[in-house]
Amino acid sequence: MSRNHLFYAVLLAATIAAPFLFPSYTAFLATLWLFIIVALTWDMTGGQMGYNSLGNIFFYGTGMYAGAVIAIGLYFPVGEWTDASRTEVLTVTGGQYYMGMLLGIPGAGLFCGLCAYLIGPLFFGLRGPYFAIGTLGLAIAAGEIVSNIEWLGGGQGISMPHSPLHPDFEKVLIYFLYAGLGVVLFVFLKWLYSTRFGAAINAIRDDEEKAEAMGIHTLRYKTLTWAISAVFVGMAGAISAFQLIHFEPLETAYQTINLGIFMVVCVLLGGKGTLWGPVVGAILFHVFKEVTWNYFLGGQWVALGLLIVVIVVFFQDGLMGYLKHIRPDWFGIRVDEKEADA
Amino acid sequence: MEQIAENIGYLFQYPVLNIKTILDGVMIGAIFALAAYGLALVWGVMNVKNLAQGDFVIAGGYICWWLAKQGWVHPLLGVQVAFIVMWGFGWVVYKLIISRVIERDLFTSLLATFGLAIMMAQIMNLMFGSDTQSVNLGYETFFFFNGFVDVPMVKLICLVLAMCLAFGVIVFMKRSRMGQAIRATSQDSRAARVMGIDTEKVYAFTFSLNSAICGAAGALVVMIWVIQPFYGITHSVRAFVIVTAAGLGNLPGVIAAGLGIGALEQYGGFIFGIGYQQAIAVVLLLIVLFFRLMQQRRKRQSLS
Repeated sequence: MSRNHLFYAVLLAATIAAPFLFPSYTAFLATLWLFIIVALTWDMTGGQMGYNSLGNIFFYGTGMYAGAVIAIGLYFPVGEWTDASRTEVLTVTGGQYYMGMLLGIPGAGLFCGLCAYLIGPLFFGLRGPYFAIGTLGLAIAAGEIVSNIEWLGGGQGISMPHSPLHPDFEKVLIYFLYAGLGVVLFVFLKWLYSTRFGAAINAIRDDEEKAEAMGIHTLRYKTLTWAISAVFVGMAGAISAFQLIHFEPLETAYQTINLGIFMVVCVLLGGKGTLWGPVVGAILFHVFKEVTWNYFLGGQWVALGLLIVVIVVFFQDGLMGYLKHIRPDWFGIRVDEKEADA
Repeated sequence: MEQIAENIGYLFQYPVLNIKTILDGVMIGAIFALAAYGLALVWGVMNVKNLAQGDFVIAGGYICWWLAKQGWVHPLLGVQVAFIVMWGFGWVVYKLIISRVIERDLFTSLLATFGLAIMMAQIMNLMFGSDTQSVNLGYETFFFFNGFVDVPMVKLICLVLAMCLAFGVIVFMKRSRMGQAIRATSQDSRAARVMGIDTEKVYAFTFSLNSAICGAAGALVVMIWVIQPFYGITHSVRAFVIVTAAGLGNLPGVIAAGLGIGALEQYGGFIFGIGYQQAIAVVLLLIVLFFRLMQQRRKRQSLS
């Protein structure tokens, strides 16, 4: 067993043991996995393909709503469930709850993937800043529109079915859903980036015109990459819906300035376009946020804006970029001595 | 659905409602055009897409509102004060942030200004609270068409002030030495540097001017509409819509697009209900982006 395998085995063991070793931190660790998932998926388009989206949160919010609609709609009419004036109490049984979870999470992922696949051809004609602004517009517009749809509960939001589990066990279940999704995503990306597909999307990032000239059907690759990332974000969103029990459109589901910008910051902090960068960045950012958040006394959002500016202005290559610079041999880059001297 | 059809029906049934909607839209749109012109200026000269544009507008509005609330400055004079204060603010922002991202790729400046936008919105939220605010000057309102169309005096004054500001900026850009330097830099910054123009100074000046224009526009907004710390992003989106629709360096286009966006938003608010007002601004952005994209597709280019 090589050192690499041992490293991954230890990580996996730590992932599985974590909620039992630190039971009071389970919710914290679950959110950490959410950050890792969204950072990794953002990096698929932003880092590896060069399309910087500011609106991937659209898939998170859509995943939440899709998961909720599936979980509720299996047993009740959704309009009746969200009707604020209803007097009768609608409850689901334990079996119905798990059935909703089992179908809702993958269903939300597929729905988001389909959304990305359909709107991708529209958005991928936009380049650079237009793509960023266009996707940001998509996320804001979706939040505003959903908050006006009464069928989905409008601005009040929507409540999920109550879990039959004890809250402590529910936390562990949510943790393992997130962690499972995160591990699957990481392994999948590790494989994907080593294939021709990974090479193709890197070529699109480096020079799209040349990639097109070399015979890569760029639009197909871009749309597919976005759809894959949307599947995972959508599933993470659906898990969040089950975790939060009640959520509303503007602040929770389509939280443009919250998670929507966190994912970009995580990736930039860790290093764009690397496999480990988003993971490391997400861990650093989340720990930093949790440790310092309480000391800012309402000024935490100011601190967040400041943090974004500082990272973007001074530290854009991120941790992995910095390591690549001082220790190129770790990344398999051999610096020619002569070249280094010159 | 019936509500929407009913509202459209009203527009045909009472044609004066159209006049009112368009008038309201034009008066708001003139202010949108100001902010958009500032964005086009910065975009064209230093290729920075400022996502904090709307927050500059809101900051200017809060300066005017706060001074009026303290009773120190009359709101109409607050426009000039906001212009001057935001000029200084813009200069500081340029020196601290923008000058460091100006040479970097476009996403960097976009993200840095997005961070700035979040920071500004939150600081204003901490300072002034999250309630919507406006300044009521108590001027009279004119009524036309049996009271169907109301034109408040203050809106007319603001329209005139906006026009004066726009005219002043145009004359400045055409006639003054600095204006010439700005236009030269926007055409070719390297050549401008060779010709002895201090481009760094031009950049700082342009960004401060943009911030000042936004501040004055915000002071006008607070008199005829409402401001709230988190409305900034919508103003930014509007500015982007206008610039994307009109193109850079096309001043008549910017004004026309600004007025058009204002009118469209009023129509949208009338037809779909006031709850959709934010959504309409953003949906207009998507529509304009895709419309431009289709135009570019015909030339086999992408929108970049």
